[in-house]
This record gives sequence, structure tokens and C-alpha cells, in this order.
Amino acid sequence: MSSIAGSGGVRVQTAASVARRAAWLRRLPLLPAFIYVILVTQIPFLLTIYYSFFSWNLLKPGSFKFTGLDNYARLLTDESIRIAVLNTVVLTVAVIGISVVLGLAVATLLNSEVFGKGLMRTLMIAPFLIMPTAGALIWKDTLLNPLFGLLPYLLTPFGLGRVDWVNQYPMVAVVAVEVWRWTPFMMLIILAGLQSQNPEVLEAARVDGANSFQAFRRITLPLVRPFLELGALLGSLFVVQTFDSIYMLTFGGPGEDTTNIPFLLYLVAFQGFSIGQASAIGVVAVILTTIIATVALRTLFSIFNVEARR
Amino acid sequence: MSASVKVRRQFPTSKVMWSVIGWLVVFVFFFPVLWMWLESFKTEPQAASSPPTIFFAPTLEEFQQVLSGDFPPYFINSAIASIGSTLLVLVLGLPAAYALAIRPVKRTRDVLFFFISTRFLPFAASLVPLYLLARDLQLLDNIFALALIYTTINLPLGVWLLRSFLLEIPPELFEAARVDGAGFFTEIRRIVVPLVAPGIAATSLICLIFSWNEFFYAVNFTSSVAGTAPIFLVGFISGRGLFYAKLAAAATLASLPVLIGGWIAQKQLIRGLTMGAVK
Repeated sequence: MSSIAGSGGVRVQTAASVARRAAWLRRLPLLPAFIYVILVTQIPFLLTIYYSFFSWNLLKPGSFKFTGLDNYARLLTDESIRIAVLNTVVLTVAVIGISVVLGLAVATLLNSEVFGKGLMRTLMIAPFLIMPTAGALIWKDTLLNPLFGLLPYLLTPFGLGRVDWVNQYPMVAVVAVEVWRWTPFMMLIILAGLQSQNPEVLEAARVDGANSFQAFRRITLPLVRPFLELGALLGSLFVVQTFDSIYMLTFGGPGEDTTNIPFLLYLVAFQGFSIGQASAIGVVAVILTTIIATVALRTLFSIFNVEARR
Repeated sequence: MSASVKVRRQFPTSKVMWSVIGWLVVFVFFFPVLWMWLESFKTEPQAASSPPTIFFAPTLEEFQQVLSGDFPPYFINSAIASIGSTLLVLVLGLPAAYALAIRPVKRTRDVLFFFISTRFLPFAASLVPLYLLARDLQLLDNIFALALIYTTINLPLGVWLLRSFLLEIPPELFEAARVDGAGFFTEIRRIVVPLVAPGIAATSLICLIFSWNEFFYAVNFTSSVAGTAPIFLVGFISGRGLFYAKLAAAATLASLPVLIGGWIAQKQLIRGLTMGAVK
């Protein structure tokens, strides 16, 4: 009897340690990736917060000095950061707004009865695949250039022949290039949504006397709404970080007209080498991005949950 | 019967009209790419002419110039950084995705959330410390250091995507393998890898696209030795005068790998871009 009870106690103990061992075995494959991500993102971010309390210019040796919240105070009073935040918002809202609308229009076209759908889609996604630096340079030098560019030449009959788009309307030029790049992205996502639609439902609506516009508004649009949201939110997380096209087209100028937060960070960190100030900008950028990202991830998860339920 | 009648009735009017409109829109969007190609086959005077040259005898002169000049090392650097970081993403990401999909750890959702939040952490968050670290370790202008940074950018995406593919494997397959006495690594090698090969391909494609086109870290962490293809293009901003045909040729070559890859794998592209949310 006693031997049985004893072995029972041992079994309980081993069961607990086996469970713990099993839990660690499950975690083990996760650890390398987890540790790597913490090492290269989380620890540097803590250092960024730390540096943001110091005045430190790499070009001035021995300038490492604790200054408390000075860098943040300067952000509040400095005109540059306010302009950069405003430019970031204008750029992101304009690019996402226009490219979602255009993407929806193109996706609807590609989802209807047209000739050569596959080839149309293939050609349509090219702007998204072209290297952004290459795309921006092609726009700047061969399309928008006031002397040799194609667009001013084509616009000559309309009296816009010698408009220097990049210098006179820099934000318009940056938005145009970014819309060109992000419309295909939106189109791809929205098209996937349209293709998941059951055509019989539309057919039924038409039988019930709904015209195309009513059917689109009442049936198609609600159905693709999650896809519109997903595209807009994912897109804005990328567009907020726009750097390539600004560097290539305007270099943030003229003046600060197209300097967004990433570009301001670049200027402060790598043109001015003000490490402390750049770190403070970094912290602010993280806070702003976290707000958008939280909303975006919640949407993403809700879409995933829908998928799981299906 | 009724379907064919309907098609015949719609054919001449609406289908033709919508096709014309659709092709016009597609032409507008594709035109800059087409124009880049046209420019790359011109001579320099033709490329910088006003009015623009539309009809010309194509020449490969500029491609030859770019390829025999200083462009190839940049191209090779891009390949090293992209392929190296993609391999590392797979090595680190596949086991992690396994732990989040097949034998899920506790709080899987939190872990996933953590991973993806790092993808959208702006580069401002870690840029300065990483730069200082690279400087102190003499790793500035080092292509392998750049590959490590690209791994950071792509790993969260890789984990999410690979997980979404692993979730599609019927769990019974793993049970069967376990009953047969297969160990963890055998399980990975014999079952997971062949079944998720399409997923691995899709993940690799997305990682390659993002690292091949990456510019911010490349411009700040590299210069002449480890510069990647986009860095070569920076030289055309001002310093080299009116070399539009050469620029177009270089831009065409620099864009070619991603363009071809993306065109071949269009289906995987959507899934990759949305981190598996849209199939």
C-alpha cells in the first residue's frame, strides 16, 4: 500500500516538472527570434530614450552632458518639428486618401467584365515593385523636369509648359509620386476583397431591381470595407515613414516644405550629428506611430478572428 | 442559355467601354515604367531632348556603360544584403512560427503582437544607438551589418507570414509523425519544410523585396564599399549632370529583380503584404 502511495507522490512531482519541461520545449524554438528582436529593437530604443536626456553632438568631442528635458522643450518651441509633423500628416492623409479611392476604382474596373484582366493587373502593380529611389528619380528627371521632362511638354497646350513641379509645388510632386506607388498596393488588397464577394448576391440584388450604383453602395462597399481599412492602415504605417522619394525629389525642400519626421530625423542625426536632439525626435515619432499602429493591429486581429471563425 | 444571351447583349457596349477605360487607367500608371525603359534604350542627346524623342533606333550603349562601370559592385552588395537577411529570417523565423502555430506557447497572441509592433516601430526608435554601435564596432559601410539590420526589419513579417502558412497544415500530420517517433528536427525537416515550401517562397519574396528596395539604412550606414543599388542611384541626383539615359538604364537594372519576382508571384505578394490577412 505504502509503496503505491509513494510512487503516486513521485508521479505528481514528475508530472509537474515534465509539464514545465514541456512548456520550455515549446518556447525553445521561439527564443532565438525573440532574443534577436529584443537585442536589435528594444534595447536600442531604451538607449534612444536615455540619449534623449543628453546634449550630445558627435562633431564636438566631450559634449556629452545631461540636460534633462531640454531636448523635448526645444521640440515644443522649435518650428521645424511642428512643420515636420504637419508635413507628415498632410503627406500621409493625402497619399492614403487618394490612393484608396483610386485603388478602389481600379480594383472595381479589374473585377468587372474587361478584356485582358490578368495583363492589366500585372502592369498595374509595376509602380509598387519599382525601386522607390529609381521611381522617384525617373519622375523627377524624365517626367517632371521643366526643360526635358515629358509632362511639361504635354501640358504646354494648357499653359503649364514651364512649370517646375518639384520646386514650385514640391508637396504635390511628392504626393503624386507616392500615390503612383501606393495605388497598386491598395488595388491589390481591395481586389482580393471584391473577388471574395459572392456574385449570386449581386445577381439577386439586380433581380430585385437595384441598379449598379445601388448594388455597389449597399452590397459591395460594406463587404470590402474591412479590406479598405486594412489597406489604409497598413499603407499609412508605411507612408508615415516616407523617406526615399523625399530624399530623391526635394531633399526636404525648398526650405522645409517637404521635410517630414523621418527626413527631419535624418537631417538632425546625420547632417547635424545632434544625437540627443535626434533621440528626442525618435521618442516622439515612436509615440505618434504607436497610436496609429495600435488601431491598425486591432483591425488586423479582427480580420484574423473572422478568418478563424470561418 | 440565358447566360450566353446576356453575354452577347453586354458584349458590344459595356464590356468594350469598360475595357477602354480600364486600359487607359492602367496605361497612365504603367507609363512611367514604360518611359524608363524607353529612355534606357536611347542615346544621351535623345534622352535629354526637347521636345522628347518618341521614335528612335534603340541602343544598348547605356546598359553596356552601366554594366562595365562601377554599378556591378553595388548590385552585388544588394544581393548579399537581401539574400543574407532573407536566409537569416527563415532560420530564426521558421522555428518561431512553429512555436506560435503548431505547438503554441502560452500567450501566443501577445507574442505575435510584440513581433509585429517591432515591424512598425519607426526607424527613429533605434536608429541612433544602432548607428553608434556600428561606428564603435567599425561596422559602418559593412554589407553584413546591413544584412543584420534588414533581418530586423523583415523578421516580424516573416514570423507572421510563416505562421499563417503553418496554420494551414492539418495537425493530424504532426500527430502521425510523433506517433512514428519522429523528433522535433525530423518533424521540421520531413513535414514542415515540404508542406510550407510555398509559404517559405512567399515569405522569401516579401523579405527580398523589402530589403532590395530599402534605402534609409543603406544611405546612413553605407557609402562606397558596402553601398547597395539605391545608393548607386543617389549619384544621379545632381553630381553627374544630364545623364538621363544612363540613369534610366541603371534604374531599370536596379528594379529588375523585384519587378520580375513580384510579377511571377503575384498571389503571394498580396498575402505577404498583408502579413497573411488576405489570401
